[in-house]
Amino acid sequence: MTVVVAPVAASQTLEPGGKLLLTRGISNVEGSGGGGLTPWALITGNGTDRGVGTSAHYSYAAVADFDVESFGAAVGLYDRLELSWSQMTLDTREAGAALGLGEGYEIGQDIWGAKLRIAGDAVYGQDTWLPQIAVGLQYKTSDRGDLVKALGAQEDEGIDVYASATKLFLSESILANATLRYTSANQTGLLGFMGDTEMELQPEVSLGYMLSRKLIVGGEYRFKPDNLAFAQEDDYFDVFGAYALNKNLTLTAGYVDLGSIATFENQRGLYLSAQIGF
Amino acid sequence: MKLRILLAAAFCLSAPAFSQEADVPPGELPVDPYVISNENAGAAPLPDEDLYEVFGGEAGVSRIVDDLVERSLNDPRIADIFAASDLVRLRRTLKEQFCFILAGPCDYTGMDMASSHKDHGITNREFNALVENLQHAMNAESVPFRAQNKLLAALAPMQRDVVTR
Repeated sequence: MTVVVAPVAASQTLEPGGKLLLTRGISNVEGSGGGGLTPWALITGNGTDRGVGTSAHYSYAAVADFDVESFGAAVGLYDRLELSWSQMTLDTREAGAALGLGEGYEIGQDIWGAKLRIAGDAVYGQDTWLPQIAVGLQYKTSDRGDLVKALGAQEDEGIDVYASATKLFLSESILANATLRYTSANQTGLLGFMGDTEMELQPEVSLGYMLSRKLIVGGEYRFKPDNLAFAQEDDYFDVFGAYALNKNLTLTAGYVDLGSIATFENQRGLYLSAQIGF
Repeated sequence: MKLRILLAAAFCLSAPAFSQEADVPPGELPVDPYVISNENAGAAPLPDEDLYEVFGGEAGVSRIVDDLVERSLNDPRIADIFAASDLVRLRRTLKEQFCFILAGPCDYTGMDMASSHKDHGITNREFNALVENLQHAMNAESVPFRAQNKLLAALAPMQRDVVTR
């Protein structure tokens, strides 16, 4: 038997794909890689530390009186830096007429995100308690500036800053994430921002149980500020199942409870999301 | 003088062969000497006493490793790395390693992970390809997903020694 030395492709510096199923996460409603409601420390796309990955998502939540839609794209650079853009829209349906905005009135925001992985490895670090840790920011700008200010917001743009810790407890088939967000956003920014004076820390947690290599079920809870005078704002939570059809397509279905939005109570309903990743 | 050169040449040619012949199992290529120890396995035996039986014992682990090697030889992402290996030795030491980590009745006699992978220039993508092939091999052996993850959790930290590029 002869020993063959593997040829080293020195010129090939960018490797395609390479991540294990579901380890890029899905896309949160604000466009960052993570769970549906909250960003995780995972970097989006299938690229490893030697490659660039990309992802795109479309998400839809139909709750009692509103539809919440989100679509966007993101790029993960060397499993280190994630850049994202997303557009999120609140369709007021008949509630728009009741609020004096007109039926089907839409309030939207663009969200630009950046996330940097600073420590740990959620997948390989199975012999340590150190989670994968990332810090990120989301710059959000409303497309209904006059309206959100009329509703009591101080600003029609704002920045959320967050730190996320994500850990795969592989021997228990459990994935856990904790995010701490510094924010003044009303309904994630759809109803504007309260500016510097109302910035506060809000925790977000996700817990998932892997039923197979392709299927993870779990739940998320996102604490939220409650700063608008005219309407109470509640925490969000969901239960979800995410299924990786293959390396490139993940479908997520869930039940989401957005609480009270703009005086309309009990905004619960179905959440569907599709994410493609390369 | 001539005799001394001749003797020296003969010694140089024969000495390595003689000293290693006793240590090299049949069908395997000689390797540089190293200290044999279970520490080289890169993980301690898992505390779960039933796990080895869940994996099908000696026969199950043997089939999983053979399947893993076969899949990897046919996997364009990592075929070159496996083609560059002594497959007889690889199969034997992998079976020992899995058996040892699954708390089976085995000792690991192979090299440590850093030494055995230092010349392969393995990337994370290639490491993950191997993990996928192992998952398929364990599925083929009907190892329950939760049990699979216990082995994978023990193997995962080896990424730090295996991935060098």
